[in-house]
Amino acid sequence: MKPAPFDYFAPTTIEEALSHLAEHGYDAKVLAGGQSLVPMMNFRLVQPSILVDLNKIQDLAYIRADENGGVRIGAMTRHHQVEVDSLVAQRMPLLHESMPHIGYPQIRNRGTLGGSLSHADAAAELVAVTVALNGRFRVRNQDGERWIPAEDFFVGLFTTVLEPRDLLVEVELPPMPDHSGWSLMEVARRRHDFALVGVAAVVRLDDDGRCDRARMVFLSAGDGPVVAGRSADLLQGQAPGGEAIRAAAEMAAYEEIDPGSDIHASADFRRRLANVLARRALEQAFERAASGE
Amino acid sequence: MHSSVDISTTVNGIRYEQVVEPRMLLSDFLRHILGLTGTHVGCEHGVCGACTVMLDGESVRSCLLFAVQADGHEIITVEGLGTMDELHPVQEAFREAHGLQCGFCTPGILTTVVPFLEANPNPTEDEIREAISGNLCRCTGYQHIVDAVQLAAEKAQDRSKQPAD
Repeated sequence: MKPAPFDYFAPTTIEEALSHLAEHGYDAKVLAGGQSLVPMMNFRLVQPSILVDLNKIQDLAYIRADENGGVRIGAMTRHHQVEVDSLVAQRMPLLHESMPHIGYPQIRNRGTLGGSLSHADAAAELVAVTVALNGRFRVRNQDGERWIPAEDFFVGLFTTVLEPRDLLVEVELPPMPDHSGWSLMEVARRRHDFALVGVAAVVRLDDDGRCDRARMVFLSAGDGPVVAGRSADLLQGQAPGGEAIRAAAEMAAYEEIDPGSDIHASADFRRRLANVLARRALEQAFERAASGE
Repeated sequence: MHSSVDISTTVNGIRYEQVVEPRMLLSDFLRHILGLTGTHVGCEHGVCGACTVMLDGESVRSCLLFAVQADGHEIITVEGLGTMDELHPVQEAFREAHGLQCGFCTPGILTTVVPFLEANPNPTEDEIREAISGNLCRCTGYQHIVDAVQLAAEKAQDRSKQPAD
């Protein structure tokens, strides 16, 4: 057998899961879709002595419309459900467009939104996209709950602010304002493999067609999602033409991100890709904002 | 001492009650405990797709599931698709269109393609390539597999046009 031995709990309620986590602390790992955790267990890179399986907790799988125009998604909602959901397609087109990039069809049938976010892989589309969309995460433990902005949730390489007794239970995505545009661009050597580098862009135009707000979040460009804040600020108040976009993309790629080198690509190559992808992403996002798509 | 768990699961229409160690992968359960060696094991970390089976009708990696997680669920492996005398129509199409050579990846591809064609009976070539993107084949260059899926889709449409006997 590949993984090291462990004890297994499959609670049917959130409260029961929280009590297991409170009792076992660092010894326990949460099993969501298992599409990242189980490979690591098969390699024995992680050897939890206790697994708390959330798959029997029905209350954690849902997609709901928020009254304010946003969307709430339960942590155990599977990627495939998000991918085919019409509410997500209508209200969160960036998220909708990102879903096919995640793993393969079989992975999306099992993998969950909460699992991917808690795993916090810097190459994960959902990590960058929830930050780009200014999402918030509801985290519960036995003593109560708290809301954490996506941007503060990810703190480093495969690391979040979650404590061992915490459970991510819900993702809240605020509505996209009118005259918004979005784009996700990435390059991977094989279809659906981890992106060498990628970027999620969200922009909004004001009534005069100038950039009111821009946000660019890179994936595979550092230890976690990398928000290119200064380059996005460059665009503010500007007519979103070629020159302004080029300057912002270049600054993001060469000054703001921090990609690593590995067998798949050098840091230098990743910067060059990031520059081109950021330019294309901004162009597409501004076009969509202007056309009111 | 880590405890074992009782599970009850249906595989290819047969119900099994077993006691398993929690760490036993579903792929190992199918092969070693039930003797269903049609499910192949390649990379054992979710990349190659050889171990794909259907869980409640959806294609999943059996190397990324624990057997305990199959408790109360229904599994279909390649053995559950057709018989030697009567192949599943998708298997028939793979034979006809030469959709396999060594056959190692085939069980995983079949259990991916069957639910795919149920959800999308008239796919484009691009959609087919997308559907099998999580299955590695080192023999065919994929073209014959794509042809076989297209043939299976065409045959299913022809059948649905004919009046029932």
